[in-house]
Amino acid sequence: MILAIDTSLGSAVAVVDLDGVTRGEASSPNALGHAEIIGTLIEGALAEASVTPRDITHVAAGMGPGPFTGLRIGIAAARTFALARAVPVIAVASHDAAALAEFEADASGPIAIVTDARRREFAYTVYAGLAEGLPVRTTEPALAPRDDLDARLLSLGLLANPVQRVDVTSISAGALGRLAGRMLAAGIAADRHAGDDSSAEPLYLRSPDVTLGHAPKRVGV
Amino acid sequence: MTATNREPLVLGIETSCDETGIGIVRGRTLLSNTIASSMDEHARFGGVVPEVAARAHLEALGPAIQAAVAEAGIRLDDLDAVAVTSGPGLAGALMVGVGAAKALAIALDKPLYAVNHLVGHIAADLLDPDAPPLEYPTVALLVSGGHTSLLLVRDLTSEVELLGETIDDAAGEAFDKVARLLGLPYPGGPEIDRAAASGDPRAIAFPRGLSRASDREKHRYDFSFSGLKTAVARWTEQREAAGEEVPIADVAASFREAVIDVLVTKALDACAQYGVPRLLLGGGVIANRRLREVALARGEQAGVAVRIPPLSLCTDNGAMIAALAAELIASGRTPSTLEFGADSTLPVTQIQVAAGEALPEAVSEEEVRA
Ligand SMILES: [Zn+2]
Repeated sequence: MILAIDTSLGSAVAVVDLDGVTRGEASSPNALGHAEIIGTLIEGALAEASVTPRDITHVAAGMGPGPFTGLRIGIAAARTFALARAVPVIAVASHDAAALAEFEADASGPIAIVTDARRREFAYTVYAGLAEGLPVRTTEPALAPRDDLDARLLSLGLLANPVQRVDVTSISAGALGRLAGRMLAAGIAADRHAGDDSSAEPLYLRSPDVTLGHAPKRVGV
Repeated sequence: MTATNREPLVLGIETSCDETGIGIVRGRTLLSNTIASSMDEHARFGGVVPEVAARAHLEALGPAIQAAVAEAGIRLDDLDAVAVTSGPGLAGALMVGVGAAKALAIALDKPLYAVNHLVGHIAADLLDPDAPPLEYPTVALLVSGGHTSLLLVRDLTSEVELLGETIDDAAGEAFDKVARLLGLPYPGGPEIDRAAASGDPRAIAFPRGLSRASDREKHRYDFSFSGLKTAVARWTEQREAAGEEVPIADVAASFREAVIDVLVTKALDACAQYGVPRLLLGGGVIANRRLREVALARGEQAGVAVRIPPLSLCTDNGAMIAALAAELIASGRTPSTLEFGADSTLPVTQIQVAAGEALPEAVSEEEVRA
């Protein structure tokens, strides 16, 4: 049984069995307040699935991209939950989960998952489609100025087969957990025997915001 | 089961600034105090960068919890409760600890206590095995890079009053800024100390902030260090403008003396005013030897017993957070509910955050430990 947690946009938690069936799900669209709500959502998803923490065999962590402060809360929760239960963490790119959900719905052909990255930028990842149930990336997650994104996507597609832009405002933790299960089955995610992925870096895509130290201002004599 | 075994086994998580602290206590017995610091990563910026600190917390938390558990010789499932700093501190840094603590408590099915960082600094004193029990009331002076607060503690778990705090820079920040002014590296405290060793603390009469008679009414127990920093800048600029060499040792010693004088004078004034012959020191700046010397000497003159916890418990750490939660449990407090967040300006009067409804007497002991 996989506990999936994503706080890259809103906050979402799901309990998904290894066959990909979502057993319990709880989420909030609020782009703030992740720290306040994360515990309630984990409890809610477990309760809806009628499972206890001891039934969880893997924890899937949505690694972003997304606004850093919120993103970290879900990853911190995923890692400590896994540590407490001595189970592996499966690091999943949040855009991959969104792409899986799109292809499972009605998307076909190349799509770009696009999320707000604040500061007048979008985060985007381009996918060709599914292969053996897993989304196939044709670009890695990256940032683009809001006004440049469409031109960039145009350049990434073929005239006959353009990249379809999909703006996403929430990530399904159910899709995240389902994807983690498929990654496990395909042997491309860590499993209990192979160690875990708890040290994977979040997809920040930006260096920390710092103003480099400059010489002290003169106060005037 | 012996009395000792009945004391709650608590793991505390502290991420309010640049130290990822995981502590484990059994009641008032310290079992582990694991600290991962991101200080080196901030050095080139001359101060703590919140985003750098928050990223470092996320990476350090898991390994720190594992190290603490190993050192304490326990299993996570043995814990009676999890504790976490809810505030005050850097919001983004606090949130990493809050998210982690909630998931840990749920995964282990243990109660969670969200507590106040400043009150945690006072609780650190309880973990000193060589010290006699803390007596109430006591005045507490907490000095670090993030805070400068003077508190009146009537009871650690129920009654802590803020007498005063800095209205601009924290004392530790003032050390960092003046060190930079003098061309010394970060963190400034130890550097100023080193430079001051050969200096004359009476060489330059730097101002004592908020210490005039006219400040007594509104700011008797408040601190201000930004004027002092400006005075140091002005003094050195004047020397440079006159083509004279800046006597770094004298400037450092005189600056340090001004900071310490204000801290100790105001703390002892509070002791006198409230008739409290006890002063507890806490916070990272207590590592400053000169501050400890002056506080002990002037405390003795004033008939005030000065307590200083071990320095490893004065800097930010998770053990003090666990210790405070253990006291709350011992006094019958119910756990925090799950809805709390990080509160960067949490007032010191709020010792525990999101405390649940009080349980009926008869079941409270069991419920809290369930
Ligand atoms: Zn502190």
